Amino acid sequence: MAARIHGGAGAGAATALSTFNPKKLVAPPSRTNLPARNSKRYIVSAAAGSDGSKKSLLRVRHSQKLIANAAVATKAEESSAPTGTGHELLLFEALQEGLEEEMDRDPHVCVMGEDVGHYGGSYKVTKGLADKFGDLRVLDTPICENAFTGMGIGAAMTGLRPVIEGMNMGFLLLAFNQISNNCGMLHYTSGGQFTIPVVIRGPGGVGRQLGAEHSQRLESYFQSIPGIQMVACSTPYNAKGLMKAAIRSENPVILFEHVLLYNLKEKIPDEEYICNLEEAEMVRPGEHITILTYSRMRYHVMQAAKTLVNKGYDPEVIDIRSLKPFDLHTIGNSVKKTHRVLIVEECMRTGGIGASLTAAINENFHDYLDAPVMCLSSQDVPTPYAGTLEEWTVVQPAQIVTAVEQLCQ
Amino acid sequence: MATAFSATLPLHGSQENRLLLPPTRLAPPPPSSSFLGSTRSLPIRSLNHAHASRRSPVFAVQEVVKDKKKPTNSLLITKEEGLVLYEDMILGRSFEDMCAQMYYRGKMFGFVHLYNGQEAVSTGFIKLLTQSDSVVSTYRDHVHALSKGVSARAVMSELFGKVTGCCRGQGGSMHMFSKEHNVLGGFAFIGEGIPVATGAAFTSKYKREVLKQDCEDVTVAFFGDGTCNNGQFYECLNMAALYKLPIIFVVENNLWAIGMSHLRSTSDPEIWKKGPAFGMPGVHVDGMDVLKVREVAKEAVGRARRGEGPTLVECETYRFRGHSLADPDELRDAAEKAKYAARDPITALKKYLVENKLANEGELKSIEKKIDELVEEAVEFADASPQPGRSQLLENVFADPKGFGIGPDGRYRCEDPKFTEGTAQV
Repeated sequence: MAARIHGGAGAGAATALSTFNPKKLVAPPSRTNLPARNSKRYIVSAAAGSDGSKKSLLRVRHSQKLIANAAVATKAEESSAPTGTGHELLLFEALQEGLEEEMDRDPHVCVMGEDVGHYGGSYKVTKGLADKFGDLRVLDTPICENAFTGMGIGAAMTGLRPVIEGMNMGFLLLAFNQISNNCGMLHYTSGGQFTIPVVIRGPGGVGRQLGAEHSQRLESYFQSIPGIQMVACSTPYNAKGLMKAAIRSENPVILFEHVLLYNLKEKIPDEEYICNLEEAEMVRPGEHITILTYSRMRYHVMQAAKTLVNKGYDPEVIDIRSLKPFDLHTIGNSVKKTHRVLIVEECMRTGGIGASLTAAINENFHDYLDAPVMCLSSQDVPTPYAGTLEEWTVVQPAQIVTAVEQLCQ
Repeated sequence: MATAFSATLPLHGSQENRLLLPPTRLAPPPPSSSFLGSTRSLPIRSLNHAHASRRSPVFAVQEVVKDKKKPTNSLLITKEEGLVLYEDMILGRSFEDMCAQMYYRGKMFGFVHLYNGQEAVSTGFIKLLTQSDSVVSTYRDHVHALSKGVSARAVMSELFGKVTGCCRGQGGSMHMFSKEHNVLGGFAFIGEGIPVATGAAFTSKYKREVLKQDCEDVTVAFFGDGTCNNGQFYECLNMAALYKLPIIFVVENNLWAIGMSHLRSTSDPEIWKKGPAFGMPGVHVDGMDVLKVREVAKEAVGRARRGEGPTLVECETYRFRGHSLADPDELRDAAEKAKYAARDPITALKKYLVENKLANEGELKSIEKKIDELVEEAVEFADASPQPGRSQLLENVFADPKGFGIGPDGRYRCEDPKFTEGTAQV
């Protein structure tokens, strides 16, 4: 099943996911304690995730994992056995669905941000929610990122579960004080007394000629903050799943969306599901090389993968999804199989997620590598306005093809 | 300059007695309290009576107080209340003095900021709160925590960095937290706590209006004069007034931000005036007088509980010690310090209690003795407590330790037995 892009995403940026060849589907690596997999869908029970005890969380983890893998497996099976259920929607609608479901489920979940209420969100993620839940639960804040992020943190400490929207992730630079000092650290400095179950979300990344300040990749800057988790969504399926998981998590989670991916269309299950926050997603199993990517670059990689397959290569593509912490199990198993790694990211060359991932792979899987880890990142350049220049700052599919050919010599 | 509230019986007698030195200003000082701090001249406009007569648009509180007709010989407190206030201030003072001793003996390290001289503000406000009300403070937070009910043992152990501290030794002097007593910190960067306090107040409103619970909890945010030039302060004044949050912003104006005089850093040094600019009452009160602070606090807390919104209270106060124990405190005039020392809030309350026959010297002495013993015992407890073990290193980083992720072997890192030992690779 392919995810198609509609509307504003524009041409040339992202393309359809490659269809799976069911014969090539490799069973995901088994984990300890994991019961035997089958490809039926599992429904997350209502109790999952809400119980604070570790035991039930681990149980949830298994069922979540089963759902994530089941969905992947199901996609493969659709070519042979169409399921007939599920509904198609755009990525921003998937985010909204996830958010609405969580707000229905738990009255402590609330939203705060600029223009999230009456305007419906500048990317329509919160459309209709203010009408349904009221102006206090979907709070239109004044333009004061530092203060309203801190307000969300204070509310979280006293029992609410706010979802704080940065209209553009770049604006959250103004909230860095609160995100670093309070969001990340308060649980620790209070000796575990206060939890901060906030979700900070918003669109980032390089868009369509938005200019330097609206094209930032904040994941680079936030990744060092201790005590937070970062995830990046890339498909309607994982957008809804990660949104729900992030809201249910007791940890502060930063959910990175991408400006150009909001209009991706995909069919997602009707039943309730969540995606595991700490796991990576196997997009396309392969044998020759591991390509690690996330967010919009996933689509550049898949476009390059089509070219590569025609040239006889068999890339394994993994969407790392969890930017902090890295899922070293999925990544490691892939490295052990292919022995070559290419990282494709949108962060700047210096100090980005790719840089950290390169270090982590070298540290943990050095013995399994047949070639140095290669990392394709954006140029260390403020994103120019001109279309041609902007295109050259970001990694393009042709560069990915060249890099794979180079690594696979 | 007008005050929106006025207590009927000032502790310090007539206003004139407080002036030790004539201020070197061109216009005569107005009869009600004005900035008696630095003798450096203030710009004329801030003393202009025209300002005093230009009222803020918010009158609710003023009108209420004007209507009260207290008989001249009624007291502001009962004996029980007086003794509670006295004990709390003595606790604050003795504790901080002991902190200084312990610091110089090498029992605690880092930045320690003491509250000596400002006790009237903490006691005046916090003794009116319930356990479920929240308090947010800054790095000068020991006494706020104590007034709110955190035990002296827990605070002293935290300062010593011991496991029995209120934050398990992980916070330190500048990060006093207590879930039980709703002390929401303790923040090292100034202004950082004000949005958190706004959030706690938001939760109260949310509980009432969305969750339909009975919630009258208010939040009191304490911060200093230096913070009042910081953006977070203004952003939160705006939001608190906009959403009518049950919060009281208490400015502990001790005139100095380390070595920076309030007058040198602030275009209009009268902070209380900034309240009406955002649509809330702004009140100036003598922060060396616990009874005056208490009267103002009653009104402000009452407003918040009734859902009438926030109040900005500026307390003119003074810290007898330096900014922190590392501060040589060379910039402040000896005369200024002496002037405020003469207005010591504890001495003043003692005098009030004795003169008004609410307590005798003996009772007060026994309170002092009791507190001395309590603080000594707190030190002994802290000394005897163990230091945190290695196992504590990774424990509270995440509420859900799955946040450390999945290791190469497929297990969550927090499932690694080394995790509880604090030696796991994360």
